Amino acid sequence: MAQYSETRSLISFAQLQRGRGKVIYWTLLITVLVVFTLVFIGPLYWMVTGALKSSPELAQTPPTLWPAEPQPENYTEAWDRLDLAKLLFNTVYYALGALAFQLVLDTAAAYALSKLRPRFGNIVLGAMLATLMIPAMVLIIPQYVTVIDLPILHISLIDSPFAIWLPAVANAFNIFLLKRFFDSIPEDLMSAATMDGAGSMRVLWSIILPISRPILGVVSIFAVTAVWKDFLWPKLVMPSPETRTISVGIYAFSGGTPQNVVVAAAVIAAIPTIIFFLIFQRSIMSGLTAGGLKE
Amino acid sequence: MAIATVPGAGIDVGSQAPPPAADPRRARRNRRIKENLTGYGFLAGAVLCFAFFSWYPMIRGIVMSFQRTRRGETTWVGWDNYDRIVNDPSFWTAWQNTLYFTVLALILGYAVPFFLAVLLNEFRHAKGYLRILVYLPVMLPPASALFLFKYLAYDPSDAGLFNAILKAVGLPTSQWMQSTDMTMPAMVLASTWMNMGGAVLIYLAALQNIPGELYEAAELDGAGIWRRITNVTIPQTRLILSLMAMLQVVATMQLFIEPLILANGAGTQDSATSVVYLIYQHGFFQNDLNGAAALGVIMLVALIGFSAVYARLNAKQD
Repeated sequence: MAQYSETRSLISFAQLQRGRGKVIYWTLLITVLVVFTLVFIGPLYWMVTGALKSSPELAQTPPTLWPAEPQPENYTEAWDRLDLAKLLFNTVYYALGALAFQLVLDTAAAYALSKLRPRFGNIVLGAMLATLMIPAMVLIIPQYVTVIDLPILHISLIDSPFAIWLPAVANAFNIFLLKRFFDSIPEDLMSAATMDGAGSMRVLWSIILPISRPILGVVSIFAVTAVWKDFLWPKLVMPSPETRTISVGIYAFSGGTPQNVVVAAAVIAAIPTIIFFLIFQRSIMSGLTAGGLKE
Repeated sequence: MAIATVPGAGIDVGSQAPPPAADPRRARRNRRIKENLTGYGFLAGAVLCFAFFSWYPMIRGIVMSFQRTRRGETTWVGWDNYDRIVNDPSFWTAWQNTLYFTVLALILGYAVPFFLAVLLNEFRHAKGYLRILVYLPVMLPPASALFLFKYLAYDPSDAGLFNAILKAVGLPTSQWMQSTDMTMPAMVLASTWMNMGGAVLIYLAALQNIPGELYEAAELDGAGIWRRITNVTIPQTRLILSLMAMLQVVATMQLFIEPLILANGAGTQDSATSVVYLIYQHGFFQNDLNGAAALGVIMLVALIGFSAVYARLNAKQD
């Protein structure tokens, strides 16, 4: 990310290196660093240590900065009582399945719309993009009704992972991102392969996909985080204790469980996402801005 | 470039007599049919998913808002569902709450990220660290973050983080979710903390696209920092600013998980009930999926109306 230093922004670089400018710059920077750390890491610290406190200590005023008698057993209790291993497994399973379905079906669709361009392809694309205008929550009831009794097939997907995987494929934003990326791949590259007798599948697999790694990464991250963060939909379609996701499971248990144990469970639910973020932060943040909003 | 010849070929098929022994043309047509079929094959999976889980539910939602299903029997009931939902004692409260949340979230959640992005864009150090920090809460599962707020920050006794801080600096403490006045501001605060990171990063990307010469020229003309913000930064990012405003309004109107977790749904004296919560309530607790669908349609119409007005206002400005 070297380009920042080249173009100037609101205040010129030179001004920030001289006397008063330099003092203000460093004061401001240090203030922001401290405030940001407090505001964004502080709550996480509070959460991790809060879950270590005993129930009486949690209700004590003023609250203690560090637990007087740390109780790591709150975490083990949360793990056992909520069956977090099962809940985590479910969530990972749904997230990876949704990822696989989206990668296969959405990539194929974007490839068809971008390169094969069958007749009426634009109408299909338009109908897909139109769904972006409909807020998800507005459709929740008819979607639920559809999932309990699929039209034509008359089967119920309740408590079946397909209730999460298949609706995840109907993601116009990801198809749009993929299509836009495929559009930028020159036709010449493909026609050379077609001359050599490669079929559409082979072109997709050997030419398009290897070039498209960055966008596939972005779409994958979106797919996984969407499932991990989703709440209402999995709550509705995965009602059994055995099939719940971790967020829904914690919510379901929060009523009759001590606060410190619920918070411990919430910490455990957050850990995978934080690790995931720290590993993929570069792609996540570039993906966010590549998301069609840059121009 | 087989594709470039397609439109012509398509017209020929219908309008002209079949050419005698036009082998190359027929071959081309066959190839085109085959290409079309391959294309549909690749599209099929995604199209089926859209058909079942997006397109069909849209129609189904409208249809079922005019029906009533009782003991497995479905009848047309005209506007009955709408009538019932509009007369729900919580209907107007839910809209009021939702709009109040949206407006508060706009004031806090819209201005703050832009201001932060402008500030962060000036720093030449620790950029990566600061970006990771603002985006960190976005990655947390909302349920996790909200239990943190509920149990450890918004505790109405002085054992909660916020009251402890308020007390330490000598300000009056608050009942937070127990107080009808503070319910919404408290939800906006939690929601902004959780969601702001995305907006900050998007604004940062937009700010980096502003040509440095514009600031240079403004500075030479004697414009101070504030003038440069109003005359260069804001006009140059206007498009993204207006797009984000609309996206944010549509997102905050769908308020649901904050009231559900922080306020156990309705909150003290209905102070937290949102429109989506009311949909959920009718659909899954009052066994009234049809009424819930009707409220969904009302919400859709309201949001489309808002988007249309917004688009028109925006077009007028240009």
